[in-house]
Amino acid sequence: MTIADLKRGDKGIIQEFDTDILPIKLLELGCLPGNEVELLQVAPLRDPLYINVSGTHIAIRREMAEKIELELLSS
Amino acid sequence: MVKDIKVALIGNPNTGKTSVFNRLTGLNQKVGNYPGITVEKKQGICKLSRGVKAHITDLPGTYSLNTTSLDESVAVELLLNRNAPDHPDLAIVVTDVENLKRNLLLYTQIRDLKIPALLVINMADRMSRKGISLDVEALEKKLNTRIALVSTRKNTGIDALKKLIENYRAIPASPCVDISKIDPPYFDRLAKAFPKEDQYKLWVVITQDVNFTRLQKELPEIDPSFRIKSKNDLKRLQHKETILRYQFINAVLKDTYTVDWLAAKGLRGTLDRILTHKVYGYLIFLLILLAIFQAIYDWSEVPMDFIDAHFALASEWIKDSFPPGMFTDLLAEGVIAGIGGIVIFIPQIAFLFFFIALLEESGYMSRVVFLMDRLMRPFGLSGKSVVPLMSGTACAIPAVMATRNIESWKERLITILVTPFMTCSARLPVYLIIISLVIPQGRFMGLGYQALTLMSLYLIGVLAALISAAILNRILKIPTRNFFVVEMPTYKLPLWKNVVFTVIEKTKSFVFGAGKIILAISIVLWFLGSHGFSEEFLNADSIVTERIAEEGLSENSKAFIADKIQEYQSTLRVGLRKSEGTVALTDVQDSLDLLQRELEVRAINQEIASFRLEHSLIGQMGRGIEPLVRPLGYDWKLGIALITSFAAREVFVGTLATIYSVGSDEEETIKNRMAAERRADDTPLFNLASGISLLLFYAFAMQCMSTLAIVKRETNSWRWPMLQLVFMTGIAYLFALGAYQILS
Repeated sequence: MTIADLKRGDKGIIQEFDTDILPIKLLELGCLPGNEVELLQVAPLRDPLYINVSGTHIAIRREMAEKIELELLSS
Repeated sequence: MVKDIKVALIGNPNTGKTSVFNRLTGLNQKVGNYPGITVEKKQGICKLSRGVKAHITDLPGTYSLNTTSLDESVAVELLLNRNAPDHPDLAIVVTDVENLKRNLLLYTQIRDLKIPALLVINMADRMSRKGISLDVEALEKKLNTRIALVSTRKNTGIDALKKLIENYRAIPASPCVDISKIDPPYFDRLAKAFPKEDQYKLWVVITQDVNFTRLQKELPEIDPSFRIKSKNDLKRLQHKETILRYQFINAVLKDTYTVDWLAAKGLRGTLDRILTHKVYGYLIFLLILLAIFQAIYDWSEVPMDFIDAHFALASEWIKDSFPPGMFTDLLAEGVIAGIGGIVIFIPQIAFLFFFIALLEESGYMSRVVFLMDRLMRPFGLSGKSVVPLMSGTACAIPAVMATRNIESWKERLITILVTPFMTCSARLPVYLIIISLVIPQGRFMGLGYQALTLMSLYLIGVLAALISAAILNRILKIPTRNFFVVEMPTYKLPLWKNVVFTVIEKTKSFVFGAGKIILAISIVLWFLGSHGFSEEFLNADSIVTERIAEEGLSENSKAFIADKIQEYQSTLRVGLRKSEGTVALTDVQDSLDLLQRELEVRAINQEIASFRLEHSLIGQMGRGIEPLVRPLGYDWKLGIALITSFAAREVFVGTLATIYSVGSDEEETIKNRMAAERRADDTPLFNLASGISLLLFYAFAMQCMSTLAIVKRETNSWRWPMLQLVFMTGIAYLFALGAYQILS
């Protein structure tokens, strides 16, 4: 399961990932293993995705969201 | 003598860094470019007590010192290079209390460069609403620095911040984390090779993305064996560094920074749901755009007319009150008209930036990017290009300036290059007059052919912009970050001070940055249009008066006089009918004679003006390019109008009015005159083929010196505006040629 599979309002915990798949900028913004992600909005054409990752509100494109593995938190 | 303090203001985007800068410096600021590149350089002076001044450099917003863009590497370079003239004695790191954790990442990096770094925690006024409590004293101890808790909105804490700047020597320059922990053997080796150098500084130099930096000359040449083997190794280490820093930050913030989520209130969720909704989101954006254009068109009209009228008056006044001669003409028709041509843009620029500043300040602009990203992606653009492109339908000049908000240089350049294709309002007078001349009145499916043509021209503009963007996206080889991460800041009420500063700063930047180029070109155009060396030009007065004495006035002039007389008679008749008394017939006849004589003098002057323009340098150029424009269906008179309208497209109509000596700016009169214009073979000059060809020429050609000037200003080089001029005019020529050859 990845961020791209979340439904609006779902939360998950980021799993360990290969560092080479994500730009360093995303890590610096708090997209690190163990941090919580919530999907806030999906843009009308299903892309990009608007997430809250450990308090940082950012929009990322679907292709990147598909690379970030999660463990779904039951709400 | 107390030394002035050099201060660098640095921080993540959206932390209110610019507000802090504005609060500290007031209007004592200078905006320019870093030499050779297009990154904006903002500097200002903050007056402290006892006559000490702080020279503050507002560095581009950055999330960390691991740079991924030119803007960020400018910040890094200034911090690394101790020999740089602006290398700071003190760094002020601006953070936002809501995002303190993330903002501290950059702070720890700056501290590790051993630069004294003062921490500013901004937006303190939001703390209680967000349920945040902060133990500033404990935090100061843990970070071993001084903290200024400020609110730029409520203007609190700024004086305390100034005090801290004054006593900058008390701020320690100790590092926060030990970078060598991320790979001890590697850093051991590094330490042995460069015993004098600071490890983190070396690390930053090594990891700079080579695409972006012009490496610091004063730093040691780093042996290639220290280069990180692969991109993956580098990322692995940077990943470790990031985790290390967050560990430090979490430890620091534990006990000192707490958020009571239950107390936190916010509109963010609700507003986001509405503003990024798949229907309402677009609808609201559309409404906002409409409001902006309405403002640019309607609100600007009054000040623009005012400026127009007063510069014309000033020009008249100079001609009347100075002795006639070359100098007076230069002043009245060259310089004053040229300055008028610059000032006329100010209302549009001010209004557009007023709105853009509101959108940026409120946080809405990020939502636009979010909404439009998927739509603009195929063209290599993002949502940030939408506002400049749409503004281009009012005027390309403020639109090109509006691209400053696009962080990616490649995207910004593409937007700058394609924006002039959008149908600006200066094209409208040209379009309207030609359409009404050559497009029949008929209707197709209830829509007039003329309206359809106008609409197609707008569509052609949009298509040309998008298609060229897609092409440029492929061919421009500019290193750029190939990922998309947009921060969605909280919604805030805009700070009026920031909005006003933006408007002032943009206007200044246009007037002083692009103004001199516009002035220079308009003086050249004036000179070419009012000077000539041929016998005909020098003796224009006597030649024309002699000709009129022999052949009488031209048909145009006769028609002009007849029109005016008729107009006068009809008003007279209405007036007479209303008045009770009787007016002697001779009085009426006298007044008519007087008018007739007046009009004849005017007509003669118009014919002289027309004759002079024909034989001026521009006239000769118009004749010179005739072989070039004949395949497009134009004659030399249109050639002249093409050259003069390089100043601005709408000049086309005025030039034709002068050449045809119609003596009136009324569109109807000029149109009738144009309709009567014949070629050598007695066919009308303006037919469907030549008309469409002209329309297409104006749709594509870069006929606007002010746009070129502002592109030069914004790209910091002549290369891009020249490229634009050549390509757009080339495309215009080809389309016009094709249209005329096919249709005729």
